[in-house]
Amino acid sequence: MRKKVIFNGVALPYLLLLPQLVITAVFFFWPAGQAIYGSFLREDAFGLSRDFVGLENFADILSDPNYLGAVWNTVIFSSAVAFSALGVAIFLAVQADKAIRGSGAYKTLLIWPYAVAPAVAAVLWLFLFHPQIGLLGRFLNGIGIPWDYKVNGNQAMLLVIIAAAWKQVSYNFIFFLAGLQSIPRSVLEAAAIDGARPTRRFWTVIFPLLAPTSFFLLVVNIVYAFFDTFGTIHALTQGGPGQATTTLIYKVYVDGVQNLNFGASAAQSVVLMAIVIALTAVQFRFIERKVHY
Amino acid sequence: MFRRTIMASAVALGLAGGAVPASAQGTQGQPVELQFWHGLTQPLGGMLEQIAADFNASQNRYRVVASFRGSYPETMVAAIAAFRAGQAPHIVQMFEVGTGTMMAAGRAIKPVHELLAETRVNIDFSDYLPGVRGYYSLPDGRMMSMPFNSSTSVVFYNKDAFRRANLNPDAFPETWEGVEQAARALKAAGVACPMTTAWPTWTQVEQFSAIHNIPLATQANGLGGLNAELRIANPLLTRHFTNLVNWQRDGLFRYGGRDGAADALFPSGECAIIFASSGLRARIQREAQFQWGVAMLPVYQGTTPINSIIGGASFWAMQGGPNRQRSAEELQGVAQFFAWLARPEVAAKWHTDTGFLPVTRAAFERVRATGFYDQPANAGADVPIQQMLRGGGQMTENSMGIRLGGFVEIRTIIQEELERAFQGQQTAEQALVNAQNRGNAVLRNFERQNRN
Repeated sequence: MRKKVIFNGVALPYLLLLPQLVITAVFFFWPAGQAIYGSFLREDAFGLSRDFVGLENFADILSDPNYLGAVWNTVIFSSAVAFSALGVAIFLAVQADKAIRGSGAYKTLLIWPYAVAPAVAAVLWLFLFHPQIGLLGRFLNGIGIPWDYKVNGNQAMLLVIIAAAWKQVSYNFIFFLAGLQSIPRSVLEAAAIDGARPTRRFWTVIFPLLAPTSFFLLVVNIVYAFFDTFGTIHALTQGGPGQATTTLIYKVYVDGVQNLNFGASAAQSVVLMAIVIALTAVQFRFIERKVHY
Repeated sequence: MFRRTIMASAVALGLAGGAVPASAQGTQGQPVELQFWHGLTQPLGGMLEQIAADFNASQNRYRVVASFRGSYPETMVAAIAAFRAGQAPHIVQMFEVGTGTMMAAGRAIKPVHELLAETRVNIDFSDYLPGVRGYYSLPDGRMMSMPFNSSTSVVFYNKDAFRRANLNPDAFPETWEGVEQAARALKAAGVACPMTTAWPTWTQVEQFSAIHNIPLATQANGLGGLNAELRIANPLLTRHFTNLVNWQRDGLFRYGGRDGAADALFPSGECAIIFASSGLRARIQREAQFQWGVAMLPVYQGTTPINSIIGGASFWAMQGGPNRQRSAEELQGVAQFFAWLARPEVAAKWHTDTGFLPVTRAAFERVRATGFYDQPANAGADVPIQQMLRGGGQMTENSMGIRLGGFVEIRTIIQEELERAFQGQQTAEQALVNAQNRGNAVLRNFERQNRN
């Protein structure tokens, strides 16, 4: 069983915990507290005058149709990014796990995109899909499909989803591959002897055994889509056209940093914080039960 | 050039980070360091830094340390954040849409008229172009910031494409009706993108309203006070936006994106006509592989156009922070630097090197006397100035300038609503009504935040 380490006295364990607690307090609780405090204020850009306005900032954003639009965009964007990144990654992982020649090279190449910074990834996709200079963008216009993500909101959304998901595929791929390799060969062989075809083997044996990995990745991917896709959106569409690709995190940036509207931006951060806390709690409470480790 | 910029920024960073307490003192033999943040990319940024270097070489009491802080909006945000942290630069370059925010900044800034009075430095602002002076002064004429790089919007057009479409390459249409016909002819001649616009809000709403002599907002476009309200949902702008949306649908016009995103479409030869900043001239000169011309902005038939307004940036003197005032010595240095910028030879060189306006009459005369505008390579370089003086130089309250709080946000809002109209989600009229309502909410919010 687990081995217990007993400290004599309380000073040493607390001292050892201190660095972690200090980091958590300074880098997590203090900024979060500042955001909550700021969400009740209305102040000018230079911080020379501030009023306490209670919940007015929250009432303002919740009655703003553009904010509700951003919520909807975030739902579409996050679920599309998470599912396409997971789907493509599991497909690639299953293929790369087969005994094929040069699989090492494939695996290495598939991991590469993860090392690309979000803004650079966005620029790469821009060079593909830009309607005038992009290879595919010009091709689409050439065969008569009017492609211009600067004026077409759905195309813009599609583009940011592809760019954001592509970036995350590598990460998911590594985990799926590790998960696949830890599935005992004997189980698969037994299923094969019982006459299960590869597709059936995948859905009845491999997929359930990958469930813990998939669950972990689902959480990570949704958090990624919520928070880490700022650079991709900023470089590709700046939230436009209209506000077609403005997600919650992007709106926090636009209102806080560009428009210098700190109260509204802080209120949005607090809402975002609540959403993510709720989402993670739900995932761990309800979905985790159905996952067999 | 690149290496020098890196060195300069490294030096600036070192000074900003390490030597803050010493920088303000200016003890015997040590020049007073003045931090100067700007938002100009290369090659303009290097030219601006050269002006600071020339000032430093001209005397040994003050040293202006110029450093690049990202785009205009990034520089603005950086300066405001630095002020809140008590680390503001002495001088910051602020783009024209930030003017309203800076004017309302109270004790965060040192107005230029106060600065000059306290330091007994004289700058003759009566020599500045009226359109430039009006943009940065209080209604009673007292200057709030130091004008420097001012541009206005003009038309650049591809003369080769005009010839192919059997249009007169030496006369750009003076009316929008004529522009529409020209665009149809260009399209018929096989030009994929007859026209586009950079800075959609600035050129198609702000400049458009000024030269048609209609108000963008009440209170003389906000110059009269913080209680201004937008007036963009008017019949003339509705007509113009309806046209833009129809032209986009018919392939006569191409929306090239927000802010300066469409700039690239003209020098590449893609679009035959662009409404852009006069500051685009340098890039076109460098990149365009075709003959091109410059013209004044068109108006709708039946209108006598008056002067256009400016864009670009001015320099603001800032206090160090909420509890950090500048010393008399520092203010003296800032005033001396501003006086250096006002010299005709400095302003004239900046104008001829960059395509920005000559901000003073003395600078304009100086350049004209050299025969600069008569050289074939510089054809059309004086169109922006002529356009600034169109209508006999008599500005109305619709053409003095624009001073709205939260203007950065309002510009984005107008672009967003226009984009929604281009997508067919709403009519041009709805776009303007929505933009007006959302913009007014921003104005009221700003008014509340800055009530003191």
